[in-house]
Amino acid sequence: MDSLVEIRNLSAGYGQNIVLHEVNLTIKQFDFIGVIGPNGGGKTTLLKALLGLLPPLSGEIVFDESMTEGNSHRIGYLPQINNIDRKFPVTVFDVVRSGLMSRKRLIGRYSSEENDRANDLMTEMGISGIRSKAIGELSGGQIQRALLCRALVNSPKLLVLDEPNTYVDNRFERELYEKLKILNEKLAILLVSHDLGTISTYVKSYACVNSSLHYHSGNKVTPELLRSYECPIQIITHGEIPHTVLYNHKS
Amino acid sequence: MENLIALFNFGFFRNAFAAAFLASLTCGIIGTYIVSRRIVFISGGITHASFGGIGMGYYFGFNPIIGAIIFGILSALGIEFFTKRADMREDSAIAMLWAFGMALGVIFIFLTPGYAPNLMSYLFGNILTVSKEELIYLFLLAVFIIGFFVIFYRMIIFVSFDEEFALTNNAPVRLFNALLISLVALTIVLNIRVVGIILVMSLLTIPQAIANLFTKRFDIMMLYSILFGFIGSITGLAFSYIYDIPSGASIIFTLVVLYGMLKILFVILEKVRLQKANG
Repeated sequence: MDSLVEIRNLSAGYGQNIVLHEVNLTIKQFDFIGVIGPNGGGKTTLLKALLGLLPPLSGEIVFDESMTEGNSHRIGYLPQINNIDRKFPVTVFDVVRSGLMSRKRLIGRYSSEENDRANDLMTEMGISGIRSKAIGELSGGQIQRALLCRALVNSPKLLVLDEPNTYVDNRFERELYEKLKILNEKLAILLVSHDLGTISTYVKSYACVNSSLHYHSGNKVTPELLRSYECPIQIITHGEIPHTVLYNHKS
Repeated sequence: MENLIALFNFGFFRNAFAAAFLASLTCGIIGTYIVSRRIVFISGGITHASFGGIGMGYYFGFNPIIGAIIFGILSALGIEFFTKRADMREDSAIAMLWAFGMALGVIFIFLTPGYAPNLMSYLFGNILTVSKEELIYLFLLAVFIIGFFVIFYRMIIFVSFDEEFALTNNAPVRLFNALLISLVALTIVLNIRVVGIILVMSLLTIPQAIANLFTKRFDIMMLYSILFGFIGSITGLAFSYIYDIPSGASIIFTLVVLYGMLKILFVILEKVRLQKANG
């Protein structure tokens, strides 16, 4: 079976407020799915359900055997950068290594193999020079790189990114997407984003979430695609002069 | 100086010295957790809620500290589990608990016939009257906290830094939150006799603020906090002896002055560094 995760008839929400209705989505090996949709449409809820942070109200999420390791799933998670307390006194190296905690028992040290792996990743991401710095001393892009290392250090089969393009500069954003393209040769990626234009050349398919979920294979952002979930959304493209095109609002 | 050294001949002063050391140790470690995790207000709530237990101790005739321990831990766990689930504003709930504990304490003490001995020492603390029994409690707590933090250090950081990420990794987040907030409550309550309810929060935050000037690493921050807490306590104790002022207030005053001086020094050094860098 090449599907890693199957979301079947999933409804999820908070108390009386059901955000997602009967959603279906299959994530296969080497997928690169862009999750788009308006704020409050349920992108984050879908993510939380997938990560096991929010129990489904109905329906189920089935993980392939290859996705489970011990009692956790082989998902690498990159949270929104503003979920992180930047003043927390912790070093980059410790943040990166904490991605290995799920394979640890309560006690015990990191093995030298695990330290090597963390170091290699940091070198790859260009942050090995700041490994001993506290995260409070880093720029947004550097923190994001550290968090990406944390997400990758346990060799996940699925990488889940929550709005990685917020609060970082354009240069890092471009680098990040190039990196994701390379990573995608080895693992599946699910990327939640507002920014359609920049990712459209990299993602292989879209999931539009607005209470329900529409899946579109192919990576062309068409007016039909946007109309299918009836929301005003920005399409940002890159040219000589940066420009933003707003699709007409429906009402 | 000789006068101060001669003080060690007094048993009560040796006790005070030990109390200052154990208070710095426990507050240094637990305070770093409190500050890093931004639960200063929650800790304040726990502190004042425990006064209800002190009042009950007076009224029913058992050791007020035992009452404070029970109230402290119950309110800590209450805040931990109740505010996260119930549809309630967390800070309002804490404020309510804060005031409710104080009110209960006042009512019980008022209803207790006769004079309430040592009441002031619970409110403002008196490091010179800390008993042997209380020192033993504090010592046991210190040993437990050191052991707990040495053994579970990585898990504590993991759970505290990014709770959501820890949850996605199936880490025992709830268990550790509950254990740690209970340790916070115990640390607060057992240090009440040293600096008092009103001042104990400062022993959990000012040494950390000073340490934070020098380091941004959790482990080093704990060590520096212990060090500065101890320096502040001993210096404050000396001032309290020399000028005959209450020890709790003297210790906190010393710590704040120390923080202020170092902060100004750091600002000046930074300015000099910038000026040099600019030419």
